[in-house]
Amino acid sequence: MADGWIEDRGVANGEAAGDAIAGSPHVCRAAQRSRALPRLLGKLLRFATLMFAVSFVTFLLVSSSPIDPVQANVGQTAYATMTPERRVQLAERWDVGTPVWERYTAWLGDALQGDLGESLRFNAPVVEVVGERFGNSVALLAVSWLLSGVIGFALGVAAGVTRGSLFDRVVRGWCYVLAATPAFWLALVALMVFAVYLGWFPLGFSIPIGASAEVSLATRLHHMVLPALVLSMTGIANVALHTREKTCDVMASPYVRLARARGEGTWAVAVRHGLRNLVLPALTLQFAQVSEIFGGSVLVEQVFSYPGLGQAAVTAGLGGDAPLLVGIALASAALVFAGNALANVLYGVVDPRMRGELTHGA
Amino acid sequence: MAGEDHAAARHLDAERHHHHTHAGSSQHPGGHHLLTVEHLSVSFRMYDPAASFFAARHVEQPVIRDLSISVHAGEIVAVVGASGSGKTLLADAILGLNEPNARVTGSIWFDGVRCDARGVERLRGHGISLVPQSVDHLDPLMPVGEQVVGACGHGHAGREERARRRERARQLFAAYGLPEETMRSYPHELSGGMARRVLLMCALMDDPRVIVADEPTPGLDLELAAHALDDLRTFANAGGGVLLITHDIELALHVADRIAVFREGTVVEETAAANFASPDLLEHPFSRALWHAMPEHGFAAVGGSAGACAAQGGDAR
Repeated sequence: MADGWIEDRGVANGEAAGDAIAGSPHVCRAAQRSRALPRLLGKLLRFATLMFAVSFVTFLLVSSSPIDPVQANVGQTAYATMTPERRVQLAERWDVGTPVWERYTAWLGDALQGDLGESLRFNAPVVEVVGERFGNSVALLAVSWLLSGVIGFALGVAAGVTRGSLFDRVVRGWCYVLAATPAFWLALVALMVFAVYLGWFPLGFSIPIGASAEVSLATRLHHMVLPALVLSMTGIANVALHTREKTCDVMASPYVRLARARGEGTWAVAVRHGLRNLVLPALTLQFAQVSEIFGGSVLVEQVFSYPGLGQAAVTAGLGGDAPLLVGIALASAALVFAGNALANVLYGVVDPRMRGELTHGA
Repeated sequence: MAGEDHAAARHLDAERHHHHTHAGSSQHPGGHHLLTVEHLSVSFRMYDPAASFFAARHVEQPVIRDLSISVHAGEIVAVVGASGSGKTLLADAILGLNEPNARVTGSIWFDGVRCDARGVERLRGHGISLVPQSVDHLDPLMPVGEQVVGACGHGHAGREERARRRERARQLFAAYGLPEETMRSYPHELSGGMARRVLLMCALMDDPRVIVADEPTPGLDLELAAHALDDLRTFANAGGGVLLITHDIELALHVADRIAVFREGTVVEETAAANFASPDLLEHPFSRALWHAMPEHGFAAVGGSAGACAAQGGDAR
């Protein structure tokens, strides 16, 4: 706003300068609308480059892994008792001898036609495997994501507004402990306490062992509660501490001082001015949290034997199943990209200062 | 205190009472000052900044000590002091906006009534209003019209209050020459001049008796600043009182009726602006040093640089 003040010096009566400035945003907005199409194209180009890079790097990593996919997938005993012809046959099927760039171009050619290949480990098309696993994971991920966001935000705002109080100190202490706790350890402790000692929740899996796919929603939810809670815990600390810091900033800001000078109470100010100004950082955090939650799910699903995308990623990685791993990497990269793109659009909705600047940052 | 004893008293311009002398426009309607601050002290409880990090103990750091000042109906009183000398804390104390680690003592009288801490808080927006320094004091994410309207409460009564205040805001925007569309603008879309008027409207919306204006014209030269303060003059002429906090002695002499010279956390002299015509009319050596330090009196200073800031350097003869 500094230029606003300077503007005033030059013009004896502030009005003329004021009107000129007030008019300019509308002009800008119109100009920005005409640039919307190139911006969208740029975004798509960036998305394509990202997908290309992720798939290439994943291929490279899998091929430089020391794991022999045939041994890893067939099993030691079967491999030892196998005839040499059979071994050669399997090695051919797993593309063991083919150089990486050759395999990659072959995969890329298929992928561009919409065929992401076959998962060697699951003996099914990658799209099918990823789709099924994603279906299992999506509820878990979404619930943990929302829980960590909502609980973290509420705790952060409450602690920030009551800064220095006992409540604030308890929340902060709890968050520090939580932030320092590895997700897999927390998952193990939760399993021991709630599944083994107390017996409140099942030990793992998304449905009872041996049950067919048709189980009730309640049973599925029962299996999901513990992993979802553990997964959200790691996010809560992060969100709450960041939100608290931001809340302290807002509550110490000049506009809150003016609002208080006009007789508004602390909580009234927090609701009227605080939330409005906290939505933006909260959105940023919440969408950055997508990748955190996704990363955490790999560990948590492993501990709970939950047949989700995270567990499939571990299986694919350890089994040298390049097509499946690439498929999972692409799906998660697309998810995070979509989250960030959505956050960018929402910034513009929330903050009038950012309208028409959506291309900055991905 | 607050002068029931001189209820119908009339004072000559330079006559002294209650630590201060009067200006022509100073009035005592109802026989008391609009706002009186007596023996105000503000100190902060903090870790001793002089000690080493681990050995630091809590100490009381005094910032304002034994400060007294009065605002009459119909006048602008300028508190003039160097930047960073704690003037804003005076505004905070009057508005009851104290930091949790602040210790505030002294008494505040509003319209003849002595206020305790809660009383001071109740006066915020209901008698005393703040006109702050810059556009930073507007919420960047709220249209300015809604900010001028302010909080209205909830329920049926809240809706009625909102309608009433919306109407009043519309009148204010018209009165201050801002088009009605401006109500939907965001602070970053305003020019400096518009932002200043919006901030003033925020104060006027609450129909105050006293306005505390904290450096309301930063970065403006004397002529523009004085022009920008015309609105405060109008408010004072209509019977309100203005406490203008500034570092600019020239601006203060231009627009204020009385000057309170602020130095090292206290008001050393509270006198009619007219008394700055000659150093002989000023009582405190620091006020005289301030007079000598002004450009038209030849910068005869103290310290090295001009203005109120320079005179902070020490008492000059």
